[in-house]
Amino acid sequence: MSEETIKLNIKRQENNETQPYWEEFEVGYRENMNVISALMDIQTNPVNAKGQKTTPVTWDMNCLEEVCGICSMVINGGARQSCTALIDQLEQPITLEPMATFPVVKDLQVDRSFMFEGLKRVQAWVPIDGTHDLGPGPRIPEKKRQTSYELSKCMSCGVCLEVCPNVNDNSGFMGAAAISQVRLFNLHPTGSMNKDERLEALMDEGGIAECGMAQNCVQACPQGIPLTTSIAAMQRESSFHMFKSFFGSDQEVE
Amino acid sequence: MANDKIIVVGGGLAGLMTTIKAAESGAEVDLFSVVSVKRSHSVCAQGGINGAVDTKGEGDSPAIHLDDTVYGGDFLANQTPIKAMTDAAPKIIHLLDRMGVTFNRTNEGLLDFRRFGGTMHHRTAYAGATTGQQLLYALDEQVRSFEVDGLVNKFEGWEFLGVVLDDEGRARGITAQDMKTAEVKTFKSDAVIMATGGPGIIFGKSTNSMINTGSAASLVYQQGAVYANGEFIQVHPTAIPGDDKLRLMSESARGEGGRIWTYKDGKPWYFLEEKYPDYGNLVPRDIATREIFDVCVNQKLGINGENMVYLDLSHKDSHELDVKLGGIIEIYEKFTGDDPRKVPMKIFPAVHYSMGGIWVDYDQMTSIPGLFAAGECDYSQHGGNRLGANALLSAIYGGHVAGPKAIEYVRSLDKSYEDLDDSIYEAYRKAEEEKFENVMNMDGDENAYAIHKELGRIMTDNVTVVRHNDKLLETDKEIVKLMERYENININDTKRWSNQAAFFTRQLWNMLVLARVITIGAYNRNESRGAHYKPEFPERNDEEWLKTTMAHFEGAKESPRFDYQDVDVSLITPRKRDYTKKNEGSANK
Repeated sequence: MSEETIKLNIKRQENNETQPYWEEFEVGYRENMNVISALMDIQTNPVNAKGQKTTPVTWDMNCLEEVCGICSMVINGGARQSCTALIDQLEQPITLEPMATFPVVKDLQVDRSFMFEGLKRVQAWVPIDGTHDLGPGPRIPEKKRQTSYELSKCMSCGVCLEVCPNVNDNSGFMGAAAISQVRLFNLHPTGSMNKDERLEALMDEGGIAECGMAQNCVQACPQGIPLTTSIAAMQRESSFHMFKSFFGSDQEVE
Repeated sequence: MANDKIIVVGGGLAGLMTTIKAAESGAEVDLFSVVSVKRSHSVCAQGGINGAVDTKGEGDSPAIHLDDTVYGGDFLANQTPIKAMTDAAPKIIHLLDRMGVTFNRTNEGLLDFRRFGGTMHHRTAYAGATTGQQLLYALDEQVRSFEVDGLVNKFEGWEFLGVVLDDEGRARGITAQDMKTAEVKTFKSDAVIMATGGPGIIFGKSTNSMINTGSAASLVYQQGAVYANGEFIQVHPTAIPGDDKLRLMSESARGEGGRIWTYKDGKPWYFLEEKYPDYGNLVPRDIATREIFDVCVNQKLGINGENMVYLDLSHKDSHELDVKLGGIIEIYEKFTGDDPRKVPMKIFPAVHYSMGGIWVDYDQMTSIPGLFAAGECDYSQHGGNRLGANALLSAIYGGHVAGPKAIEYVRSLDKSYEDLDDSIYEAYRKAEEEKFENVMNMDGDENAYAIHKELGRIMTDNVTVVRHNDKLLETDKEIVKLMERYENININDTKRWSNQAAFFTRQLWNMLVLARVITIGAYNRNESRGAHYKPEFPERNDEEWLKTTMAHFEGAKESPRFDYQDVDVSLITPRKRDYTKKNEGSANK
């Protein structure tokens, strides 16, 4: 058993109304550890680096393989999933902070309901007539499917909103994730039947016009979603849509 | 008159499908989940969903799918519901396609299908290697549209505490607790559907997500619902060993040509291909797992003598791998640093799925009237062993049935929850509040997470791949000891706001209760069938054990009571299960 330890410096907060504070921890090193297994060790033995008993650190985790999107936090200054944050690849002391764009619930746990409201706003679904048997869906070229699949991997983790300088209380900007979902559903043969409604939602307050082209989102996305390509495509589409609406009723009906 | 009102507990595939079906019929649905439903464990399913759509001209059919499923499950599952499921499967896949699931396509733009274990046909529709995530998102999106329409009320971040039963013993709502504020409330309805997933976390580390404690299923068992075939736990042959989790490497890797091997006498030994020439690497999971276990543990032929063998894709075209298996290749790269396109992956079996679960009838109703169950938390579709890519199907199929059947049940009632006295609900709320206070006041010197670790260790060591009666008995005694130590837990954090440890402590008790059901169920079953293997009783024994295990809760300190129910074999006569040759039943259809 190695005596090596891992040093963590964790930003803690009782709830959204109290002041945050920092607490240092040391846990024993094992091979193949990630930030989550270090936090689990603190759960099992809630003692800080000074040897004082403390409360276990609160954070959200679930799938531990970067598909559920729940465990986002700011690790050594960068927003990412904590499950894929391998200890061997991190400089110590490892600093852990909650994502600042979202209201803190407790410690590293944040409330991302803003993102799900965004999905409602842009009508991020394919409208279907019902779940009764209506036979096969539309044929789709495999290439187009691959484009859609990349967009459809978005797990609403919130990292793209966290790194965006324009997502804040003043702008009300919905952020890259919701915009990219408009592109996804407007690409689908059935989804495209409602593309105008989605574009109009994007052109509303807090919509696509708030994007300041910082391009941080695409760098930070843990799923590698081409977010800036989506934003550019939706800017183009919404401009077309605006012109069509402006010049009147001879617009193409799809 | 008010709308029909139901409660769905759990927001994975089964819960969301139930919700969609009910909302579509105009009913109001309260949907409860411990996490935002988009983060449910269904996202972890990788390989695909089965349905005999037969786009490859192979002559596949729902009847062959039925036979493969029954045979794969070693004849323990009731056959009538499996037939209904395999008949519905092609329609379910088309429905998901219409919802916009990004299924891989053929050159003609049709759905592509790949091979999976336990069948000779290309029957598995897939979206890269993140099919579960893609299906869950499609259903999540549909539910969101019903939410906008006002038919669905989501309670995300609420934990289920139990069913509210009326004087006749009917389910009339639930008690639940807000995981942030700790507020306990009751919610009224005329039917409740449990869609709360599997209990993998009872085994400590598994391929499961952290929420898969089985706690909710254990709670309804403790309220009188029968728990069936608990001893049937699937151990998946291929996962990456890890410190915090055993990460699944999908069976689809083998479906796309991946090969299992290790070195023997200095040369690669493809032991599955050698022993099972027809199915090769695509034998059912229980068989592949036992073979890998035997090679590593008994023959000591694992890589470098460790408990690992190779899962090899390095001979495949790397672009094709990205399109068909991208998701799992990325997971392997992220967590091990190695590139499976270039070097073979190192894998070992891991606890993955529970075939057993809450007993349900053919309408997905449990032994408690008005309480339904669907998905992994119900026992009904897989018998002694589940075939790969049948889980996503059974979850969605279960919801497909449970939603409409719950509505049918609600409409058949002559009085509604609105006619019940409020005091019934108030009594449940008070009882749960008291229980929570008891947890908050725990000030001993044990740690709940440490007790859980020990539970995981003894369960994994003794109640997984190979089972011995003496060890099973010993394990049950150990669980009872852990239950005693449980009383001496220290809660460490006495604040109410978002107190995860308090919630985990309560779940831990429910895990301990269910662990006994699994362990004693395994002890009682003196035969080998599907995933349940006892060297002392190496053969399947239909004469004595072709029957469903039914566990009844007898009290917190009591052992469960067991009785048994005959299996519905009305469609296919049980025959010997032998994967060293082709499944004759399916070849004859």
